[in-house]
Amino acid sequence: MKILIVDDFSTMRRIIKNLLRDLGFTNTVEADDGTTAIPVLNSGSIDFLVTDWNMPGMTGIDLLRHVRADEKLKHLPVLMVTAEAKREQIIEAAQAGVNGYVVKPFTAVALKEKIEKIFERIG
Amino acid sequence: MERKESSLGDFESTLKKHAQQLVESLERGKFGDAVQLIHELNQTRDRGLYQEVGKLTRELHSAIVNFQIDPHMPQAEEVSQITDATERLSYVVRLTENAANRTMDLVEQSTPVLNELSTEAKSLSADWQRFMRKEVGAAEFRELVKRVDSFLTQSEHGTGKVSGALNDILLAQDYQDLTGQVIKRVTQLVTEVESNLLKLVLMASQVDRFAGIEHDREQLRAEKDQEKHPTRGEGPQIHADKREDVVSSQDDVDDLLSSLGF
Repeated sequence: MKILIVDDFSTMRRIIKNLLRDLGFTNTVEADDGTTAIPVLNSGSIDFLVTDWNMPGMTGIDLLRHVRADEKLKHLPVLMVTAEAKREQIIEAAQAGVNGYVVKPFTAVALKEKIEKIFERIG
Repeated sequence: MERKESSLGDFESTLKKHAQQLVESLERGKFGDAVQLIHELNQTRDRGLYQEVGKLTRELHSAIVNFQIDPHMPQAEEVSQITDATERLSYVVRLTENAANRTMDLVEQSTPVLNELSTEAKSLSADWQRFMRKEVGAAEFRELVKRVDSFLTQSEHGTGKVSGALNDILLAQDYQDLTGQVIKRVTQLVTEVESNLLKLVLMASQVDRFAGIEHDREQLRAEKDQEKHPTRGEGPQIHADKREDVVSSQDDVDDLLSSLGF
């Protein structure tokens, strides 16, 4: 299980990486926005995507749309971990095909719960 | 401000007076007088307009000097306040990032120490229970004693290390004081700039009134709405609990998503 973490703040990537390690996911890679994430995704080895929304360059919502529109990537589970908290944004992400949505600041428990729920659903 | 009001007042009273006279002249058929009146009206309006534009220009100039926006201006001997504020905020980002990384470094160093102690304590505890149940032979007991001895040394060493790390984590929080001071100063500058800008806008509106300029408010509002388009992201919401269109917790997000069939 290889997880790609996309966030423009290195500290946030590190926090998520540490939390994922505690959950037993030790194989993680990082990218700092959608533009740098796409080549990593295209390398074909990513099983799970955790992304922020608000990033310079390409935003998380655009990255999500890109993933869903790509024939090879469209089934990739995507968890959004973001400070964006407007109802219309959450609905937008849901319509774009997000698998889970966690608002910052979040707890380790919330992140764990969402990840487990996604794996449960996709089997 | 008062002078401005009076120049606008002059214009408006002249306008009223001349308008009546203009109607009278036209009714009496004195077109020459009427043209003369229109000419005078124009002059009064132009004079007021020039005065207002002049004032606006002066005000704009002094505002730029006050803001010290342009660091290349000869007047701005020190660095511009805006540039300074930007640098200060970058300093805040740097400081908070360093503190976060320092804290995470220390946590990452401490976790394996605690894990090792915990594993060894569990293993010793199990063997100790066996010893209490008299299931341990003499040779194994001597081995157990050695392990307990080394565990005590390891505990002392490990807890010392973790306690040191906790202390350093505490110290790493000193960024709060420093960044707080910087942010307060920048907030003050923003407030000043806003009030200066507001003055300028009020000045400009005087010119608008003289010139009879009307702005397309619908269009302005539409432009503003477009800037708010959510795709770009807005960052953290400050008053989430007071706003209807914003969720205030993960539970709200979950409720919203489940209402959408998630």
